[in-house]
Amino acid sequence: MKGLKIIVAVKQVPGTDEVRTDPKTNSLIRQGVPGILNPEDRNAVEAALCLKEKHGAAVTALTMGPPEAGDVLEEVFAMGVDKGILLTDMAFAGSDTLITAFILSRAIIKSGRFDLILCGRHAIDGETAQVGPQIAGFMDLPQVTYAEEIVLEKGFITVRRDLEDCQEWVKVKLPAVVTVTSRINRPRYPSLYNVQTACDGSLLTTWGAEDLKVPASMLGLDASPTVIKKIFEPDHKKRGEIIPGDEKEMAASLIEKLKGVNVI
Amino acid sequence: MITLIPENCNACRQCTYACLYGGIVLEGKTPVRTDSCTGCDACIDICKTGAIVSSGQNIRLGHDIAEYKGVWVIAEQRQGHILPVALELLGKARELADIRETGVTAVLLGDGVDKSGDLLIKHGADRVFIASAPFLGSYRTSPFVRIISGVIKEHRPEIVLFGATAMGRDLAPRLANSLRTGLTADCTQLEMSADDGVLLQTKPAFGGNIMAAITAANHRPQMATVRPGVMQPVCSPSRKGDTVFLDVREEHSDTIVSILKTVKKKQSRATLEKADIIISGGRGLGDSKGFKLLKDLAAVFSGQIGASRAAVDMGLIDHDHQVGQTGRTVRPCLYIACGISGAVQHLAGMQSSDIIVAINKDPKAPIFQVADFGLVGDLNRIIPEIIEQLK
Ligand SMILES: Cc1cc2nc3c(=O)[nH]c(=O)nc-3n(C[C@H](O)[C@H](O)[C@H](O)COP(=O)(O)OP(=O)(O)OC[C@H]3O[C@@H](n4cnc5c(N)ncnc54)[C@H](O)[C@@H]3O)c2cc1C
Ligand SMILES: Nc1ncnc2c1ncn2[C@@H]1O[C@H](COP(=O)(O)O)[C@@H](O)[C@H]1O
Repeated sequence: MKGLKIIVAVKQVPGTDEVRTDPKTNSLIRQGVPGILNPEDRNAVEAALCLKEKHGAAVTALTMGPPEAGDVLEEVFAMGVDKGILLTDMAFAGSDTLITAFILSRAIIKSGRFDLILCGRHAIDGETAQVGPQIAGFMDLPQVTYAEEIVLEKGFITVRRDLEDCQEWVKVKLPAVVTVTSRINRPRYPSLYNVQTACDGSLLTTWGAEDLKVPASMLGLDASPTVIKKIFEPDHKKRGEIIPGDEKEMAASLIEKLKGVNVI
Repeated sequence: MITLIPENCNACRQCTYACLYGGIVLEGKTPVRTDSCTGCDACIDICKTGAIVSSGQNIRLGHDIAEYKGVWVIAEQRQGHILPVALELLGKARELADIRETGVTAVLLGDGVDKSGDLLIKHGADRVFIASAPFLGSYRTSPFVRIISGVIKEHRPEIVLFGATAMGRDLAPRLANSLRTGLTADCTQLEMSADDGVLLQTKPAFGGNIMAAITAANHRPQMATVRPGVMQPVCSPSRKGDTVFLDVREEHSDTIVSILKTVKKKQSRATLEKADIIISGGRGLGDSKGFKLLKDLAAVFSGQIGASRAAVDMGLIDHDHQVGQTGRTVRPCLYIACGISGAVQHLAGMQSSDIIVAINKDPKAPIFQVADFGLVGDLNRIIPEIIEQLK
């Protein structure tokens, strides 16, 4: 296929292990939490680069977020991505998955012709896995989720999907939206050569609401159907009893207690 | 609701950009309203030439909240068998519907599922919509979205629930898109506010470190995918209800994505979710010798084997046995965690088990925070002792 054009949606997320809430304000403590490229988006980028190496392609990465989100684009440039689009505007803030997908799909349309849109299956912050299918929805494209292999041939892709109880092979004509799981590949490391070319800023385009020709009333928190009412840390059950004694005694009293509550 | 005055149009296309929904298109130089128009009137604000004006009525889909009634469950089946999560959802749907004094509807698509209405009714449905046809035998996004959004648009339910399965999480976002409403993914808790019908949907985020409570107060239907294994099914064999068969036909667009083949995986996962007793092991097992102990323990309890991610990463056991955020959610009567520290991501998958036993040599391990019975010590010595005494 000539002039294959691939778009990868990538998101900057806080590293999950360090996230905590502020019990007073019920909000996330983001301070000091490093932003990382969402793990499965790295797999999506790798999948795009593999297709590029095999078939030739132009790979554009797209991200929406605060200006710092541009960091993830620098990172994917260093992996070998050709172009990046940063969507940043105060008006985008607070967008839920529906509005995020709307904004991303507007940007994709503005960026011109494309054959394949790749997303991570889910982002580790909200873990919704909704943005990929919703981009497909706004653009009226076929979608294939849970991809663990993508093979391109003559304008069609064959995708192996990893489902709960089976693997499924599906075939779809491009253009299409595919969301990938971490099983699809092992992402490459950024290369020094790419880092140098990435640094001059020539690969990056930044767009705001004006560029996308959408009024602010259709964007951000106010336009989003869903609202986060509250966030909190899960409360675990209260501590049960520690069974005392040596191994023999512990085993004996455990068995007795399990019999007492009728589980054995 | 909009009225179009084509003479005023200068084909600037601003309306097509402004519309979230593809509700307005330009045919030549004439603006045309499509079926997707929700009557949100956004294009009126953007039109500077007066080609689009308000006709006074607002029919914004999803906004006449009072018109939306009933709690719906999209029931998933495989090879004609209803999945347990569908029955769990019906249990919850019944509870929500009773609070709102309204009915429960189940929607079932598949092949040869004509007779499945009964099971859904016994588990809480008042009405079941069934679409049964060969082309619906395997789930494909397009026909399912087309058919289900059709019935939803016609009957306007207040709430629609899906299992957070591969199918549910492929289908629901696409439907939310076509209905332009909110969707909360992978909920573990649903609470209804009786007077205004707002559904508080709680879901884990950030690897289970954080819970988020989400509402979509101004949109209908309110939609959520719900994690399998967290809601309780309720069966009353004498319940009565209606089954309505939908007349469906395959359309060309349904075949955009074609399924070439499917290969079944080993069935170990499914049995884990149904198990009454799970004996789970983590990094503390050390190696395959420790793992052998775990197997022996499982044998005397007639339990299934579960594992932490560390045990899976060490190659002791297949990923299908992993319990937790990125594994299975289980809820057995008895869960024995051996050499598992109790990271939030692991707890996310097992903390609603009835009785939790933890065996760990570190008295400060977080697993003891959720355990009903804690045994502090070396599992290599404790487990053989338990096996010995139970024999
Ligand atoms: C996004 C994300 C998703 C994740 N999803 C999951 C998931 O789905 N499931 C999951 O389990 N994890 C998941 N994890 C990983 C999780 O954070 C932990 O790393 C993992 O659960 C640790 O497994 P463990 O308890 O077996 O190992 P460790 O944390 O290393 O704990 C081993 C325990 O064994 C005890 N021990 C050692 N030797 C002995 C002995 N001889 N006798 C008794 N006790 C002993 C130690 O005291 C220790 O408490 C996820 C992580 C991330 C970031
Ligand atoms: N703000 C964003 N910018 C770019 N891509 C995104 C954004 N949010 C989500 N995505 C893409 O959609 C996928 C699923 O995200 P989510 O629905 O948030 O779990 C991610 O893996 C990304 O590929």
